[in-house]
Amino acid sequence: MKRTHVRNERLVALALFGLLLFNYPLLQMFNAPTLVLGIPKLYLYLFVAWAVVISGAALILQVSGADDGTLRGGQGGARRPPPPR
Amino acid sequence: MKKRILIADDEPNIVMSLQFLMEFEGYEVRTAADGETALQILGDFRPDLVLLDVMMPKRNGYEICQVVRETPALAGIKVVMLTAKGRDIDAEKGLALGADSYVTKPFATKELVATVKALLGDA
Amino acid sequence: MLRDWVVISVACAYLGLLFAIAYYADRRADRGRSLIANPYIYSLSLAVYATAWTFYGSVGRAVSTGIGFLPIYIGPTIMCLLWWILLRKIILISKVHRITSLADFIASRYGKSALVAGLVTVIAVIGILPYISLQLKAISTAFTIVHSHDVEVVGAGHGGPFLSDTALYAALILAAFTIMFGTRHLDASERHEGMVAAIAFESLVKLVAFLAVGGFVTWGMFDGFRDVFTRARELPGVQALFVIGGTGDGQTGVLASLYSATFFAMLAIMFLPRQCQVAVVENVDVNHVKTAIWLFPLYMLVINLFVPAIAFGGMVHFAGTPVDPDTYVLTLPLSRGQNGLGLLVFIGGLSAATGMVIVETIALSTMVCNDLAMPLLLRWPALRLNERKNLTGLLLGIRRGAILVMLLLGYLYFRIAGEAYALVSIGLISFAAVAQFAPACLGGLFWKGGTRAGALAGLSAGFLVWLYTLLVPAFAKSGWVPMSIVEAGPFGIEALRPLQLFGLTGLDQITHGMIWSMLANVGAYVAFSLSTTQSAVEHSQATLFVDVFKHSAAGTGSLFWRGGVSVQELRALLSRFLGADKADDVLEGYARDRRLRSAWEVEADANLIQFAETKLAGAIGGASAHAMVASVVKEAPLTMDEVMSILDEASQIMKYSRELEKTSRELTSAYADLSSANEQLKELDRMKDDFVSHVSHELRTPLTSIRSFSEILHDHPQLDAATRTKYLSVVIQEAERLTRLINQVLDLSKIEAGRVDWRIAVVSPREVVEHAVAATSQLFAEKAATLEVDVPEEVPPILADRDRLVQVVINLLSNAAKFCADPGGRVSISLRAEPGVVRVDVRDNGMGIAAKDQELIFEKFRQGGDTLTTKPRGTGLGLPISREIIQHFGGRLWVESEPGRGATFSFVIPLRRQAEVGGGDVPDDRAAALGAPGTEAGATGTEPR
Repeated sequence: MKRTHVRNERLVALALFGLLLFNYPLLQMFNAPTLVLGIPKLYLYLFVAWAVVISGAALILQVSGADDGTLRGGQGGARRPPPPR
Repeated sequence: MKKRILIADDEPNIVMSLQFLMEFEGYEVRTAADGETALQILGDFRPDLVLLDVMMPKRNGYEICQVVRETPALAGIKVVMLTAKGRDIDAEKGLALGADSYVTKPFATKELVATVKALLGDA
Repeated sequence: MLRDWVVISVACAYLGLLFAIAYYADRRADRGRSLIANPYIYSLSLAVYATAWTFYGSVGRAVSTGIGFLPIYIGPTIMCLLWWILLRKIILISKVHRITSLADFIASRYGKSALVAGLVTVIAVIGILPYISLQLKAISTAFTIVHSHDVEVVGAGHGGPFLSDTALYAALILAAFTIMFGTRHLDASERHEGMVAAIAFESLVKLVAFLAVGGFVTWGMFDGFRDVFTRARELPGVQALFVIGGTGDGQTGVLASLYSATFFAMLAIMFLPRQCQVAVVENVDVNHVKTAIWLFPLYMLVINLFVPAIAFGGMVHFAGTPVDPDTYVLTLPLSRGQNGLGLLVFIGGLSAATGMVIVETIALSTMVCNDLAMPLLLRWPALRLNERKNLTGLLLGIRRGAILVMLLLGYLYFRIAGEAYALVSIGLISFAAVAQFAPACLGGLFWKGGTRAGALAGLSAGFLVWLYTLLVPAFAKSGWVPMSIVEAGPFGIEALRPLQLFGLTGLDQITHGMIWSMLANVGAYVAFSLSTTQSAVEHSQATLFVDVFKHSAAGTGSLFWRGGVSVQELRALLSRFLGADKADDVLEGYARDRRLRSAWEVEADANLIQFAETKLAGAIGGASAHAMVASVVKEAPLTMDEVMSILDEASQIMKYSRELEKTSRELTSAYADLSSANEQLKELDRMKDDFVSHVSHELRTPLTSIRSFSEILHDHPQLDAATRTKYLSVVIQEAERLTRLINQVLDLSKIEAGRVDWRIAVVSPREVVEHAVAATSQLFAEKAATLEVDVPEEVPPILADRDRLVQVVINLLSNAAKFCADPGGRVSISLRAEPGVVRVDVRDNGMGIAAKDQELIFEKFRQGGDTLTTKPRGTGLGLPISREIIQHFGGRLWVESEPGRGATFSFVIPLRRQAEVGGGDVPDDRAAALGAPGTEAGATGTEPR
């Protein structure tokens, strides 16, 4: 389960990082009504930061790839009981 | 320099016999009829050997033997214990307490004298 | 511009398409080839989160607050990152415990409490009503716009009569659609594969529609983003929307709003009933969560990409006209004659709204049925539901009814409070309601100490505060509740004003409500949890939930079943709720799991009962299943025979155990006897040892002198005559002493063993005393002690052994002589006749004998004082022997003394009767025949002393 723990830690770290990104101090930095690439600075920042967080998540999850092999709740329709374990 | 002997026993007759035997061998003899007197004389007289009866009033022989062994000043005194009790265990107890020899009554006079002389180095 | 019938038919066609997709997916699932078992469908189904709120409301929100539309998407993005821990745990628990709804989950954690389930359901239903109304509002507004092309419609249906209210029709149609969609049959696991497929499709549709209109606005109506924003900036007040706080509201206030919206959204993504349904209940494989964690936020990002452009584009385009920003997505293309796009947008919006309504109402109806209605109905004895053969119809009926009622209530809310707020504000109120589930739920997942009482308290407190701070003002604004409550507080109490509770000002309504409701909720939850204890069921559930990762392999649940039930009964129960076929399937599966050949071999043990309960829980909810199984599993009544045989067995056992006890007691007392006997023997042995040792000592002492002096006399012939005489006399003395001792020892032994030859005869006490006095006169003379003799002339004779009696008196006299004062010793002996006895007293003036020694001296070898430290002055045997002798004559020998005042030894001997005076020796047995007391041979005296 080591992989899961590393993954969990990374995800939590990314979540904290996300909270930081969308928090007041950083927001204030970009809080000016100027246009960057034609888009208001703040909006651009928000969408970019958002994309960064999402990509980070995708990376973490694809890297620590393998299945957990845990509970499958009735594949192919809930008509058959789960396989014995 | 005469060697000195203390005879401690509460039976006067026994004391008398022992005194005769020791004095005949040329030792200076003092006697005590009970434990406390014995201790007192040990301190004053500083004998080289003490003939110690076990069953004595006021302090019994075992106690006196212990005192002799534990008092640095008296530690060199030879102790011969006398008893009429006659059980092996008493002999062991005596020797365990540090007596140099243990004699059961009645004793052979010749043997007693020989023991004393050996202990005092006068063999 | 579009005609009614076009719009309606397109809408119906779309709904029909949805239906078809769902149907197809269900059929595929039945055949075992699920359409939806892949992570992308799963992630798309999660996008049901984006409703008409997203579709229409975001733009409206952007127009009024700038970036204020984003928090409700960014919040969930961050929450998704924690899903691998959170959601995975929830999914695992739900699978293991067959949990099929949010209410079930929370109730199950807190001891399968029906009360908790009911409360959660009530809060969920009431809380979601605004949200439903929001969808209805959006649909009806959109419909109105699309078919009337009157872009300046502001609000829809208010004030109009019901029957012409589009929203009502929308509600009814949606209800019918949902009922057909989701209540065709009951599934034990509450899964709806068809619905999931349809929802995923809908997510794609609304995404495509939105991107289409976004693209159109950005590049069709303007020249790209730069163009949009530059032109927007020129409008008054718009630039302020580019930043936070630019609109003049206090920056803290704005930030607070943003944060509170984020916070609520983070909780909503977890606790909205529809999200629970798609994320947890419908989850096929927990590994799909890995994809969802990033794919779902990506969806949200993409669908929001064009929101600013549409918002500002709309502001530019409709500058000066009162077009509701919530409708820009629709009105912008329509204003440019893009009817096709407009229709697409309408369908997109319809898609978003129907998606929400379908999933939400299905989820809610499941909760209402399983967690609210069924528990109540089961407890209503008049209905005797337990005995009904098949409850499927009832269950489905309840769900359908619930769906219809909720949509109608949603419509009602819309009528009452719908136009008071913009769409997003309405939505946030619902978010705040479902956020109340967070403390109980998250607390329950990670804190074993959370109790049922705590959950109930927290939920109630939070809900009440929510009602008061968020719902009441909404009604007030629409006039259904007096506005004075909002402005001046209830009964005029300012501190209780719903929007400024306890004086907390400067916050928008949502933030304000959030703070107070969360405070109340968390506070009550923690306080009540800490101050109450859990029942056994609660505790086991708490452990199972919090530690599910440890228990996941087992999935046992609490094995709380005792009592008996047959497999048939369980099968009957299962078929009542799942149908006969399903019940058989289930049992076959159970048998297979246990490697049995068929369901008939299954044993009705606790495991099976537990299994049946969890299966039932899938159909009717955990609390109801528990109740149903409990009613079936019961102690079978015993027949009389069984009772008798049980009693028999019991009495046999009791008899055996009593006997065992008795034996054990006897053994104990026997052991005790043996122990004490052993002790006595040891004591005797010790005494014997002591005696032997003493005797040995006493014998050796005189022997020593004898031997020593003999040897001396022998070895030293040179001794002078005087010394020789002296020494010889010692020898003689000691020999005598030795002889005496030996005699005494033998004497005492003989007396104790009863082997003495007693010569009982008539004895004159006076003569005895005089003889003894004469015998001991020497002793007194030697000691210079006086002896007084006090003997009367006439003393009656006694029966005794004369010599022995003399021995006794001599012993007493010689003791007195030994122990009397020295000098000045005085001893007196007196002889008296007293009634029935002759008494002799020997008094001395010695040291006296201490009380503790007065019995001691009569013991062998004992003398006054310790033998080891006081010189023994005698053999120590005299007194014991004397006592034995006196006792043999039937008398008593004792001492009276006080220390320092001398001692008096006395004895009495009973008189013989005159008739027996005849002189001569009378052998002991003849004396006994004559009845002299105490003359039995071997008498050792009976007086205790």
